[in-house]
Amino acid sequence: MADQSLQVQEKKELVPKGEKTFPARYYVPVTDIYETEDALTVVMEVPGVDRNDIEVKVENDQLSIEARIDFSKYEGMEPLHTEYNVGHFARTFALSQVIDQQQIGASLEDGVLTLRLKKVQKAQPRQITIQ
Amino acid sequence: MAFVFTDPFETLVNFQRALDQLRDSSWLDAGPSGHGVFPPLNVFRKGHDVVVVAEVPGVKKSDLRIEAKSRTFRIAGTRTVAPQGTASAHRRERRGGSFDRTITLPIEIDADGVKAECRDGILALYLPRAERDRPRAIAID
Repeated sequence: MADQSLQVQEKKELVPKGEKTFPARYYVPVTDIYETEDALTVVMEVPGVDRNDIEVKVENDQLSIEARIDFSKYEGMEPLHTEYNVGHFARTFALSQVIDQQQIGASLEDGVLTLRLKKVQKAQPRQITIQ
Repeated sequence: MAFVFTDPFETLVNFQRALDQLRDSSWLDAGPSGHGVFPPLNVFRKGHDVVVVAEVPGVKKSDLRIEAKSRTFRIAGTRTVAPQGTASAHRRERRGGSFDRTITLPIEIDADGVKAECRDGILALYLPRAERDRPRAIAID
């Protein structure tokens, strides 16, 4: 079936709000965002990025993720055929107030970055029992 | 008579894609078969050998199958985009599914010497050129 096969996913180049100070290609990482009762989960694809080259920042209610590729792995290789471009990844999300900025968990597995953003206690729905 | 509904746009898009691929490059053409031809591949040359690189984020090593024989190699696998249980999805951009691609190279490869490496969502295939296929330097008498 057509919907069973993996579709092509064109890499979208990032159009930054502020210009970068150094010239480099940036791409928008493909992202899934899920919400549960107590947390937001951000799942992001950053293939080829080492865990030390990922920067996750929360500032002014903005979650920004920057992941850099190590281009030295491509040294001495002469491209013969290319179907995709290689570049760093960057993406920014505006967070709502409900995120506990102190409790953000991150893990990286097989090029997939998973961020767990805990909601602030008061933002969680609370069941009130009637006496 | 059995009537199978196919989305005309889907068919058209697939056809367009096939045409584009044909036009884009003569390098990896004449691939005998495949379905869900993605993820895209980059091919590099390193000395005599060929290195094929693909971005496969979220694909486990155990879900990848690689085969090689003389001029062709095959990459097949499945990507699972884990559903998050009861969570509601705000954004769904990642795509899962299975893919299978067979590619014919213009050089002969030494199937026994093929090395595959999968790290951080990048699959790298080292395809050594077969000894008998390498160019020989001819000394002039």
